[in-house]
Amino acid sequence: MEKQEVLVELRQVNKSFDGKSVLNNLDLKIYNGEFLTILGPSGCGKTTTLRLIAGFEHADSGDIILNGKRINNIPANNREVHTVFQNYALFPHMTVFDNIAFGLKMHKVPKTEIKDKVMEVLRIVKLEEFIDRKPHQLSGGQQQRVALARALVNKPLVLLLDEPLSALDASLRINMQKELKQLQRKLGITFVLVTHDREEALSMSDRVIVMNQGIIEQCGTPKNLYEEPNSIFVASFIGDVNVLKGEVLGFEDNLVKAKVEGRICNIKTKKQLNIGDKFTLLLRPEDMRIEKLSEHPDTEGLMVGNIETKIYKGATLDTTIKLNNGTIIKASEFFDEEYEDFDYNMNEQVSVGWVSGWEVILKDERA
Amino acid sequence: MKEHSLFHKVTIGIIVLWLLLFALIPNIIMFVVSFMEYDSSSFVKAVFTLDNYKQFFSDNYFKIFINSFKIAAIATALCLIIGYPFAYILARSKSKYKGLLALLVVIPYWTSALIRTYAISYMLAANGLINTILIKIGIIDAPLKLLYTEGAVIFGFVYTLLPFMILPLYATIEKFDFKYVEAAQDLGASKLKTFYHIILPLTSPGIIAGVVLVFLPALGLFYIPSLLGGGKTMMVSNIIQEQFTTSVIQNWPLGSAASVLITVVMGLMIWAYYKSSKSFQTKVL
Repeated sequence: MEKQEVLVELRQVNKSFDGKSVLNNLDLKIYNGEFLTILGPSGCGKTTTLRLIAGFEHADSGDIILNGKRINNIPANNREVHTVFQNYALFPHMTVFDNIAFGLKMHKVPKTEIKDKVMEVLRIVKLEEFIDRKPHQLSGGQQQRVALARALVNKPLVLLLDEPLSALDASLRINMQKELKQLQRKLGITFVLVTHDREEALSMSDRVIVMNQGIIEQCGTPKNLYEEPNSIFVASFIGDVNVLKGEVLGFEDNLVKAKVEGRICNIKTKKQLNIGDKFTLLLRPEDMRIEKLSEHPDTEGLMVGNIETKIYKGATLDTTIKLNNGTIIKASEFFDEEYEDFDYNMNEQVSVGWVSGWEVILKDERA
Repeated sequence: MKEHSLFHKVTIGIIVLWLLLFALIPNIIMFVVSFMEYDSSSFVKAVFTLDNYKQFFSDNYFKIFINSFKIAAIATALCLIIGYPFAYILARSKSKYKGLLALLVVIPYWTSALIRTYAISYMLAANGLINTILIKIGIIDAPLKLLYTEGAVIFGFVYTLLPFMILPLYATIEKFDFKYVEAAQDLGASKLKTFYHIILPLTSPGIIAGVVLVFLPALGLFYIPSLLGGGKTMMVSNIIQEQFTTSVIQNWPLGSAASVLITVVMGLMIWAYYKSSKSFQTKVL
């Protein structure tokens, strides 16, 4: 992706409710045409960020800039930003047509033009035959589409989506994820989505911002966040993760010789470490490798534990291993052609390792 | 099960009996009487006639009929204009005493309405509270004629019936989801347009309920126009009262006809209310 122009920028934004700080000197850039997701647990400030951009909340301090203009004092109804609300907030007394036409009417678009525009957007969301229905006569997915159409018909600079899929059931949600992504590509409108669902964030976004307690923990592409989280919080929020403790023993060639939960290993890292430093090692379950102990009779320098649970998932075999020091390790191994029928016995003693180079090292992690 | 159904039958039976004796039968009698001839010696003569109704639509009774609708309509409109903002502010209040505030609206009405109406008449009288104050602070020299005017009657209605407007409005506005307001603003609607296109239609069940609850009693409460309107017969309710209670006239058939007419009008309004509330799928009453 080439360098893109900044469409929305939040500079040093602070916001508190009843003396409780929700956003803390927040800096945020949203690029034109991207699909950005703000991901975080409830209460992290993600919805407040969205509402600040929409104009439903006012920042205590800091600047909100849209398309080069400071919009802090522009009321919500004069911002070229539209929102798809969590429960859609479709006007119950209006038909689908009137709901979608509402924004155009408010902007005094001529009647004939309104009709064309509404029909066009209804075609895009595939709801032409529901034009005269009232919202309560539509299914959840259809209401969702009407809410999208109602916002998109006004050609906003930014479309804000506040947990738009949370009210849908699981299979519909996955379909809507695809549709949303396709729609965003087709229209080229900047989407800012707020969610606490990591799969939603990873599968749809160009860029993900992980927020926690009013600050941005990390920002990057989904791959970037998944593979190189910069904190335990981000790692565990984005996916399952094993958190291992290690200590630097020495240096060999360009590698760090370390002891991780009893396992002596060589780790490649760019981080500056000194002998005796303690560090945290993050590993995804699918990075873990399990070896039967019969092949390694000598357990010195190995991470050894017992198989505690195993779940057959079809494509993978998911196991948890309790190490001798009590740490629980999650592993997820793929079946492949060579080892089609590998399996473990419950409580079998195994040695645990990982694919060298896939580990993430965190220094001085607070947690 | 048998006991249960016996209990069921008895309770329902009492209610049915009550309604039969004190609502349906009197109304049927009134309906029948309204088609009978007036007789000064024996009240009613059992001869069929439409004269009582004719008298209404030709005589100056009809003027009073129209006038009572006018007064009731003005009183209702004033209640709505005062009651809507009142209910809105109350319902939107974040105070924890919100429920208590709503209760305060009702508390004055624990005193008899008749006593309160007398109190109003003392306030409005030529030497009453309002005139005395206005003269004392020098705004007027001679007392204004406040009592025994249409204005006084309307004031009395608004004062007495305001809670019946506020409470259903409060109930609907309280339930109203302000996400819709945000959605309208998000789509570019100004405050005024949001009110007109979103808040007003979505709270209209409360408006209609309030209007029905104020307008119908305003047609029927005879003591307010008779106490505050003076000796003049201003409204149908006065006509009805006079026909039944004044020893000189005592034209029961005419009074019955007036009652039947008002009942029909009220019935139509209630029917219209249920029709409209169905289309919104919400009910306040």
